Amino acid sequence: MIEIEHLTKTYGSFQALKDINMYIPQGTVFGFVGPNGAGKSTTMSILATLMLPTSGTARVDGFEVTENPKEVRKRIGYMPDFFGVYDQLKTTEYLHFYGASYNIPRGERDKLIPQLLELVNLSDKADTYVDSLSRGMKQRLCLARCLVHDPKVLILDEPASGLDPRARIEMREILKELKLMGKTIIISSHILPELAEMVDEIGVIEHGQMVAQGRVADIQNRLRVKKVLHIRSLDKEEELAARLRDEPYVSGVLADNTGIHVHFGGGDEDQGALLQRIVSWGYPVLSFHEAQTNLEDVFLEITKGGPAT
Amino acid sequence: MNWTRKWINPVLDKEFRLRMRTPRSAISLMVYILVLGLIALGFIYVSMYLGNGGGQTRFNSGMGQIMFYVLSFAQLVLIAFMAPALTAGVISSEREKQTLSMLLTTQQSSSTIILSKLVSSLSFMALIVVATLPVYSIVFMYGGISLNQLVSLFLFYLFIMLMLGSLGVLFSTLLKRTMISVIVTYGVGLCIFLLTGLLYLFALSLVQRQNAQSVLQPDYSWVGYILGLNPAAALISLFEPSFSKQAFLVRGTTLNADAPIQLWQEFVVVYSVVIIVSLWISIRRIRPVRRRRKQAETDGTDGGATMEPVK
Repeated sequence: MIEIEHLTKTYGSFQALKDINMYIPQGTVFGFVGPNGAGKSTTMSILATLMLPTSGTARVDGFEVTENPKEVRKRIGYMPDFFGVYDQLKTTEYLHFYGASYNIPRGERDKLIPQLLELVNLSDKADTYVDSLSRGMKQRLCLARCLVHDPKVLILDEPASGLDPRARIEMREILKELKLMGKTIIISSHILPELAEMVDEIGVIEHGQMVAQGRVADIQNRLRVKKVLHIRSLDKEEELAARLRDEPYVSGVLADNTGIHVHFGGGDEDQGALLQRIVSWGYPVLSFHEAQTNLEDVFLEITKGGPAT
Repeated sequence: MNWTRKWINPVLDKEFRLRMRTPRSAISLMVYILVLGLIALGFIYVSMYLGNGGGQTRFNSGMGQIMFYVLSFAQLVLIAFMAPALTAGVISSEREKQTLSMLLTTQQSSSTIILSKLVSSLSFMALIVVATLPVYSIVFMYGGISLNQLVSLFLFYLFIMLMLGSLGVLFSTLLKRTMISVIVTYGVGLCIFLLTGLLYLFALSLVQRQNAQSVLQPDYSWVGYILGLNPAAALISLFEPSFSKQAFLVRGTTLNADAPIQLWQEFVVVYSVVIIVSLWISIRRIRPVRRRRKQAETDGTDGGATMEPVK
């Protein structure tokens, strides 16, 4: 559905994208991960036909973005990282405007817009002026705008940025629904936990280079991301933390008010042996379990040593 | 399909709605008519009560004609102030409000976006100018002006608005900040209104000095072409065709010796080119993405070498 080959973008002497290659199959939710300024928005702008690449090609549903921008625009719904709204328009008028801009006949729009508002939980705001909506509502309205022409691909640049936790959850639920609808979604974020639950694949970009791409589990396996063991003791946690630092396979220990976090490079047998030793030392162990490695751990592992080969 | 759907595209529809929903539009309309009305009433007051040493004078058709000219020039100045303010932010303000990128990913073409923005601004300006017709009716009460003159005056205004509006849209497209775009548009407007007049006066003095020294003098002087670029001079030539002869320093011995071109005609021709070029650049530059030459695959040439504008 989305194919990017040898994509580069330079601004004067600054190279924003360096030979990006990417393939996203239809129906995939692709998380585009990277720190601010890594090149996520530039890649998305090129896919949205808003920017010309310096070299390389980008195709959406078989159409090259610089050769057939009009065809590409029919197939994408683009939500920029920062966007404004026309304040003097009502919510339905706002969607009617964009619907008409995609050449959707009035009759179809009359049926479609209530459905879209229902999808993004804004049915009760149909006659409200856009400027009186909260930020979260505006984000959801913008998402409804992206869907007005039923695009195959959604390009969402930081869709949850600036939202409070409740609005983030609402946004995540809508995205899950869109995933079920079979949309191909490319979604960027620099806040990793918000992507973790919904993405099928991730692409990690840093300094304009794609440093890893694939399924989260595959990348974890490939990179042999260290386990994080979470240990709780009834008392003497600080003393235990200090002793654990000298244990084999332990690369880092962090103690806080939630317990001891141990970065552990050993296998399952080594993990069992470590627990036996802790018990034999006489510490009253309350819990000992492997914390689930999340996208943040993967990202930190990938980016700590520069681009992967 | 009714006519509104056929002729009013979504961008134009949205622009009309947004413009007329703000109280600013009604206030601008009111202030504009008030200013022009006060100028008209002030002129009548000055002419009738102060012009004759305090005694009353009868307001006749000759004075009606002068008042028409005064109103026309006042309106020209007001349009020169209004047009950049209404058009120099049409694209840059969308950029500043961060709505442009979303608009550009719709199916609306670059030309539709640019022309709709221009037409909506021009429509509002046209509304304001048409709304001043009752002020002009004062002139008709005293006579001295034909309907044709009034129609040609309003067509001329429309052209000036189109010219200044196109420049406003151009700078609004090229420059990122609305404030800078407005300043540059006013600057260019100032050059068109003042610099051309000053340049004419300077060139005129040179030509007259040259003519005084030479024995053989041409039928007319090129210096008139400079004045043809000035809106005020073009407006005068619209009312007084002999003004063009004076501007070109026509020296014909026969009565039918005339200027090579009427100033207003030159004005329309030259600035039509400016309008077309401004809009063409705006349409090309609103979208940064250019289409690569399609035959790259077929003839083996480098597809990235030549770019064409996105339609």
